Amino acid sequence: MAVDLSPIDESLLATIANLHGMPKGAFNIRRDGKLVERHSSAYIDIETKTDNPGIDIKVKPGTKGESVFIPVIVTQSGLKDVVYNTFYIGEDCDIEIIAGCGIHNSSHAASEHDGIHSFHIGKNSRIKYIEKHYGEGEGTGERILNPTTNVYMGENSFCEMEMVQLRGVTSTVRETNAKLEAGAKLVLTERLLTHDDQRAESNVVIELEGEDSSVQVISRSVAQDNSVQVFNPLVIGRAACRGHVQCDAIIMGDARVKSIPGIEADSPDAILMHEAAIGKIAGEQITKLMTLGLTEEEAEQEILDDFLS
Amino acid sequence: MLELKNLVFEVPVKEGSKETKRIIDDLTLTIPDDTFTVITGPNGGGKSTLAKLIMGIEKSTSGQIILDGVDITELSITERAQQGIGYGFQQPARFKGMKVKKLLEIAAGKKLPMLSCNESLSKVGLCSADWLTREVDKNLSGGEVKRIEIATMLARDPKLAIYDEPEAGIDLWSFDRLTETFRSIHDAGGGRSIIIISHQERIIRLADSIVLLENGKITTTGTPDEIMPQLGLSRKMAMGCQLTEPTRLHITEIPTTC
Repeated sequence: MAVDLSPIDESLLATIANLHGMPKGAFNIRRDGKLVERHSSAYIDIETKTDNPGIDIKVKPGTKGESVFIPVIVTQSGLKDVVYNTFYIGEDCDIEIIAGCGIHNSSHAASEHDGIHSFHIGKNSRIKYIEKHYGEGEGTGERILNPTTNVYMGENSFCEMEMVQLRGVTSTVRETNAKLEAGAKLVLTERLLTHDDQRAESNVVIELEGEDSSVQVISRSVAQDNSVQVFNPLVIGRAACRGHVQCDAIIMGDARVKSIPGIEADSPDAILMHEAAIGKIAGEQITKLMTLGLTEEEAEQEILDDFLS
Repeated sequence: MLELKNLVFEVPVKEGSKETKRIIDDLTLTIPDDTFTVITGPNGGGKSTLAKLIMGIEKSTSGQIILDGVDITELSITERAQQGIGYGFQQPARFKGMKVKKLLEIAAGKKLPMLSCNESLSKVGLCSADWLTREVDKNLSGGEVKRIEIATMLARDPKLAIYDEPEAGIDLWSFDRLTETFRSIHDAGGGRSIIIISHQERIIRLADSIVLLENGKITTTGTPDEIMPQLGLSRKMAMGCQLTEPTRLHITEIPTTC
């Protein structure tokens, strides 16, 4: 890479954003609360905010087939990094946004990154947003990630959000809020893995404001060891709309999972559904994969990988 | 060659009880290479248990299981699978998030080209390439998941394939194709043996050898010509219960204007 990135930095970027070198097009890479490198493109402009730490990303109407990378890495122990990233996406766009945060903490003090992402999606635009969180490091210091995501979807827009916590995050409180206008569709997928003594809490509030708006909330999680997870997804229907909430969790060891999917209809024409399931890996699944030549451990890992894929 | 020597499998009569019940009772059987064996018999006779004992899903109380001269009695399921035994479940497991292609690749033990996957699936009547990217989860019907189970066995191509009631849940149209598939595996030879647990006459007729299992014991073995008469309708009638006349049925009360 052209800029000064250590092997740890490069490894974190590869894990959270699949980046091997500087990306093409628009990007903003932030490390330990400071800008490492930024690039705007002809259609996507990235500017430093004047009121808060963070950036404004402005996508011109009609922009199609472009990607924006905005990964954050934290390698400094004891750092609390708060950043506001706001996307203004014009009408009729079709773009991909890759975010994510990786923490490498090799000391005893806590490292924390709180990313507040807001999306203003114009009419008829299609967005794919991928956010991966990951923690590592031999230190005892906590690795904390508290993301807030606010989405405002214009008429007939489509947004697919994939929010993933890979592993190594000591504590997370995730807040996700969305408001959908007429004809807008949101597919929100959250995949979480917690282990050891980790804690994860996810609060989701989706407000279906417009006619024919729809949302699908899919949460899949694996809780291992002594970890604890709490899910609070809520879909509110205020028009003739459709909402579906699905929470599935695999529980292992002495972990605990609490799942409270909620639906609220403020309109008689709202069609809302929810389902939730928590359970261990079924013995018959392990047995089946063992008859195909996998060991018990390999079978378990395969089941978890597929579940979170 | 598979040899079962004095195989016994006992379970407690009740949970925690010391008193036991024999499910497989001192069973001895040899399955030579290149043979198609059907194990049949009444429900509760021990057929599925015997299949599970061969795969290692259940552990025998006593006796020996020998595959190609190697004692595999103490081997795990994984080790037996690696030795060349395959098992098609009567009620296959489902996996959230696992694509059909991935399951076929795990079965084959390697990455598979699309064409090869499609070939395995088309043999069980799943002809659309879309199947490869579908998940083996609760959205599949019982018949579909069963066909995928058989496709995984075809992809694995084990030296000794055991199928526990492969026809259960398969519709009649696919059943023809299924019997053809078993016939072609058998005709291909290569030292492969098939053991199928079945009650289906058409599958039984494909067999080189039929084993009749009742109360955990082999009561008869032989070729279809030798055994079929004993399994025929006369036997079914003798074992079946007598129909009784419905006493309070008045035909006029049943509406006929649907």
